[in-house]
Amino acid sequence: MTGDMIIFAVSAVVAVFGAVMMIAQKNPVASVMFLILSLLAQAVCYVQLGALFLGAVLVVVYAGAIMVLFLFVIMLLNLRGREDLGLSSHPMNTITKFLLVVLLGVELVLIVKSVFMSGAVGGMMAKPTDDFGSVAQVAKLLFTKYMYPFQLTGVLLLVALVGAVVMARKDRSEIAHGAPSEEAVNEPTAGKVGR
Amino acid sequence: MLEMIIIAAIKVVVVIVAVLTGCAYSTLLERRVVAFMQNRVGPNTAGPWGLLTPLADGLKLIFKEDIVPAGVERMTYALAPVIAFIPSMLAFAVVPFTSDFSLFGREISGTLSDLNIGVIYIFAVTSLAVYGICLAGWSSGSKYSLLGGIRSSAQMISYELSYGLTIVGVILIANTLSMRELVAQQDTVTHWFIWRQPLGFLLYLTCAIAETNRAPFDLPEAESELVGGYHTEYSSMRFSMFFIGEYAAMLAVSCVGTTIFLGGWQGPFLPPIVWFVLKVFGCMFFYIWLRATFPRFRYDQLMNFGWKFLFPLALLNTMVTAFFVLWKG
Repeated sequence: MTGDMIIFAVSAVVAVFGAVMMIAQKNPVASVMFLILSLLAQAVCYVQLGALFLGAVLVVVYAGAIMVLFLFVIMLLNLRGREDLGLSSHPMNTITKFLLVVLLGVELVLIVKSVFMSGAVGGMMAKPTDDFGSVAQVAKLLFTKYMYPFQLTGVLLLVALVGAVVMARKDRSEIAHGAPSEEAVNEPTAGKVGR
Repeated sequence: MLEMIIIAAIKVVVVIVAVLTGCAYSTLLERRVVAFMQNRVGPNTAGPWGLLTPLADGLKLIFKEDIVPAGVERMTYALAPVIAFIPSMLAFAVVPFTSDFSLFGREISGTLSDLNIGVIYIFAVTSLAVYGICLAGWSSGSKYSLLGGIRSSAQMISYELSYGLTIVGVILIANTLSMRELVAQQDTVTHWFIWRQPLGFLLYLTCAIAETNRAPFDLPEAESELVGGYHTEYSSMRFSMFFIGEYAAMLAVSCVGTTIFLGGWQGPFLPPIVWFVLKVFGCMFFYIWLRATFPRFRYDQLMNFGWKFLFPLALLNTMVTAFFVLWKG
């Protein structure tokens, strides 16, 4: 039982705890906070495995940027409970939910089992190479072996971004008919709230 | 092993005490400097030259009544000041305060921990600072707080991108992410990265001010329109946690700016730690100077400035630097 093992055990438990609590919370802000907790614990796991860069990037991108946007939207809509989210009467009935949970549980067991069978567990705690997870190593993989997936992911995000802007943008004809002025439409939502 | 832990623990305590003292005296510095710039005297009664003012302020804040309004979300309300305070303290873990020195026959490094991704670590922890403000605004159950919180999250996300990009130029030239290594490369004044990345430095300063919600970017707590902004409903020690957090964040970005652009502890004649403190003091003075000089931005100006001016400029700076790094091989 080394220090590494203790750190891993604690962060892994916290990560799972945060993930479970995220689902169990009725208050959306509390859910976001537990998700952040889970992400931070995952970052600790990465760091403990020697992938410092991945751990830091996980915090920068997910905890530092994406979750802030989540929180921003929740605050902007002032969601405070299940009623606000419209989840009080979900169309899916209890039996379907139960079956889905069982299916996911079986999948989880199978995955864990296959990992144990492949014998990868023993090697999981060890660092493969000295510069494993270093910035140079990650960058090399991203720009050589995984070049196309990397670029395609970028395009995908761009498409989503443009799509969101198109959907949020009001029709030009509406502007002509009066209501909101062109300036107000072009400005980010935050600008309007801040006034 | 035990010796290592003890040394590390002592260093942590020394740094925390130094940073907290620095925060306390930054408040005095700010009040005195702003007073000087506005042709006033400023606080000068507690102790010689008002040097005991921070102590008196601290005592006052501790002994004030802690008022919790009725409509707050209790857990989040209590947690928010702590969340605002911790990330700015974490940033000091990788700052090289001084050169390595030996004390009682032991070699002691001038950094708490020399991560090989120090710069990214700093961005990781500073990006978390927004939660304190956001959650404080949301949990207070007051419209002014909520508006302050929403403003701050929009502002900090907008400026974080440019903030990160401003340092990429230096990283490309230096070819390292370790703060210690960055300082080592700036061994003479001519090697300071400010000369090789002047635009990067200016952009860094601007974004750092916006990231720490200081004037002229202090819209989350704009008194003229939002009462106190996100900390309207806070009082006593909880309020002072935000206060300390803000000053710690200012000190942190000053330390990081000093390390990355101004040569860190490098300098002739004087001992390294003195150089470091002097440079950080210079940055802090500049911060306060700006506050005393510039009026606050309007919200749409802030957003336009961030996205349409700072961000393209930071991107351009990165592209040009990358081009030259490639060209020179």
